[in-house]
Amino acid sequence: MSGRTSTYLLSYNDQGGAEAAVEAGQESTPTSSSTGAAFGLFSADFKKNEDLKEMLESNKESLKLEAMKRIVGLIAKGKSASELFPAVVKNVASKNIELKKLVYVYLVRYAEKQQDLALLSISTFQRALKDPNQFIRASALRVLSSIRVPIIVPIMMLAIKEAAADLSPYVRKTSAHAIQKLYSLDPDQKEQLIEVIEKLLKDKSTLVAGSVVMAFEEVCPDRIDLIHKNYRKLCNLLVDVEEWGQVVIISMLTRYARTQFTSPWTEFDENKAFYDSDSEEKKDQTEAKPYIMDPDHRLLLRNTKPLLQSRNTAVVMAVAQLYWHLAPKHEVSIVTKSLVRLLRSHREVQYIVLQNIATMSIQRKGMFEPFIKSFYVRSTDATHIKTLKLEILTNLANEANISTILREFQTYVKSQDKAFAAATIQAIGRCATNISEVTDTCLNGLVLLLSNRDETVVAESIVVIKKLLQTQPTQHGDIIKHMAKLFDNVTVPMARASILWLMGEYCEKVPKIAPDVLRKMAKTFTAEEDIVKLQTVNLAAKLYLTNSKQTKLLTQYILNLGKYDQNYDIRDRTRFIRQLIVPNEKSGALSKYARRILLAPKPAPGLESAFKDRDRYQLGTLSHSLNLKATGYQELPDWPAVAPDQSVRNVEIVEPCPCVCTESGSESEEESSEDSEKTSSDSGKSSSGSEKSSSESESDQKKKKKTKKAPQKKSKPAGDRYTEIPAVCHNLKHCLFPQNDSKKPTFRTSGISLFYMSFQVTTSSFGPLKTYELLHHMTGKGLSAKYHFPRQPCLYQPSMVAVQVILTNSSDHALEEIHIGDQSPASLNIHCFNTIERLEPGASVTVSMGIDFSDSTQAANFQLCTKEDQFSVSIQPAVGELLMASTMTEQDFCKEQGKLQGMNEASATITMATANASRQAINKQVLSVANVGEVPSSQNNFSRFAGQTVSSRALVLVSLELSESSGALLTINTEKSVMASMLLQDLKQALAQA
Amino acid sequence: MIHSLFLINASGDIFLEKHWKSVVSRSVCDYFFEAQERATEPENVPPVIPTPHHYLISVLRHHIYFVAVIQSEVPPLFVIEFLHRVVDTFQDYFGVCTEAAIKDNVVVVYELLEEMLDNGFPLATESNILKELIKPPTILRTMVNTITGSTNVGEQLPTGQLSVVPWRRTGVKYTNNEAYFDVVEEIDAIIDKSGSTITAEIQGVIDACVKLTGMPDLTLSFMNPRLLDDVSFHPCVRFKRWEAERILSFIPPDGNFRLLSYHVSSQNLVAIPVYVKHNITFREGSSQGRFDLTLGPKQTMGKAVESVLVSSQLPRGVLNANLNPSQGTYTFDPVTKLLTWDVGKINPQKLPSLKGTMSLQAGASKPDENPTINIQFKIQQMAISGLKVNRLDMYGEKYKPFKGIKYMTKAGKFQICPYNTPFTGFSLTVLTNQIHVFR
Repeated sequence: MSGRTSTYLLSYNDQGGAEAAVEAGQESTPTSSSTGAAFGLFSADFKKNEDLKEMLESNKESLKLEAMKRIVGLIAKGKSASELFPAVVKNVASKNIELKKLVYVYLVRYAEKQQDLALLSISTFQRALKDPNQFIRASALRVLSSIRVPIIVPIMMLAIKEAAADLSPYVRKTSAHAIQKLYSLDPDQKEQLIEVIEKLLKDKSTLVAGSVVMAFEEVCPDRIDLIHKNYRKLCNLLVDVEEWGQVVIISMLTRYARTQFTSPWTEFDENKAFYDSDSEEKKDQTEAKPYIMDPDHRLLLRNTKPLLQSRNTAVVMAVAQLYWHLAPKHEVSIVTKSLVRLLRSHREVQYIVLQNIATMSIQRKGMFEPFIKSFYVRSTDATHIKTLKLEILTNLANEANISTILREFQTYVKSQDKAFAAATIQAIGRCATNISEVTDTCLNGLVLLLSNRDETVVAESIVVIKKLLQTQPTQHGDIIKHMAKLFDNVTVPMARASILWLMGEYCEKVPKIAPDVLRKMAKTFTAEEDIVKLQTVNLAAKLYLTNSKQTKLLTQYILNLGKYDQNYDIRDRTRFIRQLIVPNEKSGALSKYARRILLAPKPAPGLESAFKDRDRYQLGTLSHSLNLKATGYQELPDWPAVAPDQSVRNVEIVEPCPCVCTESGSESEEESSEDSEKTSSDSGKSSSGSEKSSSESESDQKKKKKTKKAPQKKSKPAGDRYTEIPAVCHNLKHCLFPQNDSKKPTFRTSGISLFYMSFQVTTSSFGPLKTYELLHHMTGKGLSAKYHFPRQPCLYQPSMVAVQVILTNSSDHALEEIHIGDQSPASLNIHCFNTIERLEPGASVTVSMGIDFSDSTQAANFQLCTKEDQFSVSIQPAVGELLMASTMTEQDFCKEQGKLQGMNEASATITMATANASRQAINKQVLSVANVGEVPSSQNNFSRFAGQTVSSRALVLVSLELSESSGALLTINTEKSVMASMLLQDLKQALAQA
Repeated sequence: MIHSLFLINASGDIFLEKHWKSVVSRSVCDYFFEAQERATEPENVPPVIPTPHHYLISVLRHHIYFVAVIQSEVPPLFVIEFLHRVVDTFQDYFGVCTEAAIKDNVVVVYELLEEMLDNGFPLATESNILKELIKPPTILRTMVNTITGSTNVGEQLPTGQLSVVPWRRTGVKYTNNEAYFDVVEEIDAIIDKSGSTITAEIQGVIDACVKLTGMPDLTLSFMNPRLLDDVSFHPCVRFKRWEAERILSFIPPDGNFRLLSYHVSSQNLVAIPVYVKHNITFREGSSQGRFDLTLGPKQTMGKAVESVLVSSQLPRGVLNANLNPSQGTYTFDPVTKLLTWDVGKINPQKLPSLKGTMSLQAGASKPDENPTINIQFKIQQMAISGLKVNRLDMYGEKYKPFKGIKYMTKAGKFQICPYNTPFTGFSLTVLTNQIHVFR
């Protein structure tokens, strides 16, 4: 549609040429009724239309509605109702919403043809665009942009721009749709429209995301640069976008990833193959030149994976193709199960999915081999489904499963669907060529089929046997003899021709039979089909060269017959052969080579899959399905050799934080101001570089600094207030997280607009420090490890929880190369500490790690390795450690709490231990459980705490209302309802004990 | 994306057309009719057909072809899935999706299609959003509307459109709060003549009918969640929670919806609840064939096998069948050669059987193929995979709902193939014999 230029006439294609001409004529005389009369057929309708006009012009709403309903009926049937345009368009401003909608339907259908009259309605829409009701604004924009009248392009442009800034996400969504409509009406508006797209891409509403990406794909798919800044946001929103939007976004991101990241395949595979023999060297080399997946690349893979569980088959397919085109080879197979699941869906879905599996199974047999039974053909399948399944079964055949597959094939051959039986025989032929072990078995099976009663089966078998014998030019005289015997009964021309060709090609193996066959052919030559005649001539020529004594006369007879054949191909061939083989004075030099020409060894025909070259198209596309390039198909680019700059995806802080920071622990700030300065200078450094590998060395230095500090820290008794790293003032934290804009959590309000608010994330400056055991020194062969959560923002990635691990060597020898090995689940995102080269006996060292728990209490499992040993360990976070304290005022707290009602609220009445009655005690207990910040409270019996989850920045609000006696009402408000209930349990327990 | 939609009935008439962009002439359907002519069966029409300027993507449901016209590259599944969603919506609105129902409600159909797509891109496909926009036609409402002059079309943006839970409308109220869940499993199997399973898999769904006031938050847990090998969810299910705890936690849509569908693959052992003994023979030279078929229950955990229906496509040479059922009735259609036997319930004490003779066309050679037998059945109160719901809890609302759960097993594509599996034809021993014959 991008090719469409300004006039609407081009939208008619040549198929509708006649009608288009009629309708174009009608445009010049808009109100004339000649159209109806011209067809003659519609004269009855025409009369009816007269009374419709009267009804429309009446004063009664119900009559008008009735008329509009009948008109819509006419439109639905494809009958023309355009002459009613003036009468209909008057009702565009009707109060009755149903009437109005039907008028809209009519208007959109005919406005293109009645442009002048259509303009009468525009002012109504312009008025409606300002309506306080968002629904009316949206539908006005929808209709306005659907009226394909070039004159109103400027009005549309203005309306789109305005709607793109509307408070209602629904209206903004509509404006994204309108962009595409305007673009197809007037492609000259492209530049302006791109500006609107750019603006809408920044939109944080899930409602808008799908539609604007769709507009992007239609208008400016090559402007990849617009995506950079929104890439991470789109990845993170993806799960919440409506399903149709997901499909569009996933396919756009597939293309994006192919331009921005380096290939996860080649390097990896090469290394593996190259260094397979020498593992020692391999290790060194891979360390020297490892493939590190861009975290953004990983983010995309991780965030699309849950969508494999979608009920929408298009979404599942989109994710499957994303993994196929983007994931490292060993990860692709996770899509298999979901694709196989889709095979139970509707027939049409099966068809598309099977096509894609057929392409995939050529390259990656292993992916679908375990599911081979799912591709067994059922007698009730449609023919095209059957053939696709056959294709896949053939692709999947290997030495191990060939016997089962052939057994299946055997039943298929007996199918009543003869076209399918023939396709099965072809498939057997392919299996036979691909798997040499079964070639003989297949060949003999096919020979058996030659005695089948059905002719198509026999004919197909002969053709396939011919091909097989060519690939297996060993002793197959017996089979050829058998076929010669069958010859009299076979009537299908292709099969007869195949037998004749075989006779000629291997005439030396059947020296007695071949001349006899030729004799029979000489008798019936005139009655044969052309293709059989050609092969008879061939056979005669070959026999003449090898056995001229017996066949000379026969050959001459056949050549004479051919000379006077009706078909000029046969006459030509006969003339050519005669000159070639019968030596005479005119034939010249060529006849010397006759033997070499006719009896040259011929290359065997390849039996290949029809899906072999389909992989040049992106999977799941229309082009792939049709195996031809569809209009508007976007070629999937190849991976770049060198990844473009990664930092383009970093998002800067857009606005400084407006709220006043109420620091919670001023005493602690004083206490360690010196330290805080150090940290700030450190963090300043880190902000100058990006957090990517380029700044790795820097963060190494930081870690070393920290490890030096560690012993000091340890000297403080556990349970003491942890004041090592103090609350840092907010502008400093901007430096800490230069790329983090998610600090401003978004809240979807029930009303019109999206609402952004900024809250400070504070480093909890007090709260007891709990240490957990990671590895006991007995199991760790002398190495012991403990960990605690320092409750400070993680330096490596903002979505990670910081963990400090204290490693102690309690053995009697030095431990070397302490590092982190394999991690599970594989998707786990851990920032490992650097390898500790050597740890002396008795010494201990503190290292820090970052773990992204994704707001779940699922344990992070990994291996702690020394030079000699590996120990599997796991860190299981308490739910309270997945939070970050935030500071907010009491008003803000109440406001936010109001928004998180209903399903987002969990509450319980608890009994408090008497020792916990005081405010300090409560604070202490709550802070021991969860990393939340206290909200200053004006009421005495209320304690409030606020925090947000580390990974998704969802707000967590805890409030505790003390009642008389020892009871209290504990309420937790958060979007993360699982967390809420877990946190509730933990707090309940903590407050109940002294 | 989707340009236009044409609805075509079984006799090849275009009875409805709708255009979302410029009008595409209905002559584009000629390409479809051409493909339809080439296909022997209605099901064999290829779903994607290229034409010089457009691409036609079609689905066939309820004997109606829904043909979408596409002008440029789009994932074909996107269109197919949408078309099926359209059919589902029609079914939801009118009870049935037939040509008559669509013609009778053409205005509602048009209003629906208008809301479902904007410029060819899906806008609202969630049934409860649509129902707020356009109320389903009922006799009562039509009467009320004619009297009061009110309309079927909503004036406000449906609340679902903007909320985090777009599938649920707000302000739901019931006097009786109830939640019903149906676990329905279908077995797809191919069984060989000797009764051994060639392939069998289970496709299960949990359909729910939830009529609860307010915003209930439900959790459903299973006794044996490990069984659920591969699942797909309604968007309301919280995926993270399932991953972590294998518990279904969700805020349900109002009314009927499919909560979950799952797949127990052929790699697992699947219990087969019925067996079939059959012997269908034709003798060379004789114009008679023998038919003998007996059914029996197997691995049904004591539950009765009901609504059994056996069907088989007999070879073309069969003229008529003269059979004697021990129970139920049978029909044989001499034109399509389709034999159907409505068995009813299987009594384990007295196994149902169907015996008799078939007459063959005189002079025709013996049919070389034995027919495949398809079986349908139902077993109440049992999920053949062994899946069991442990408990259903409700949070977020104060009242006590009535909860119910029902299990059922059905035959999906359950077929008995007429051969024994041992692979005789292609074995090597035959190879040597064959060669002797040649000599």
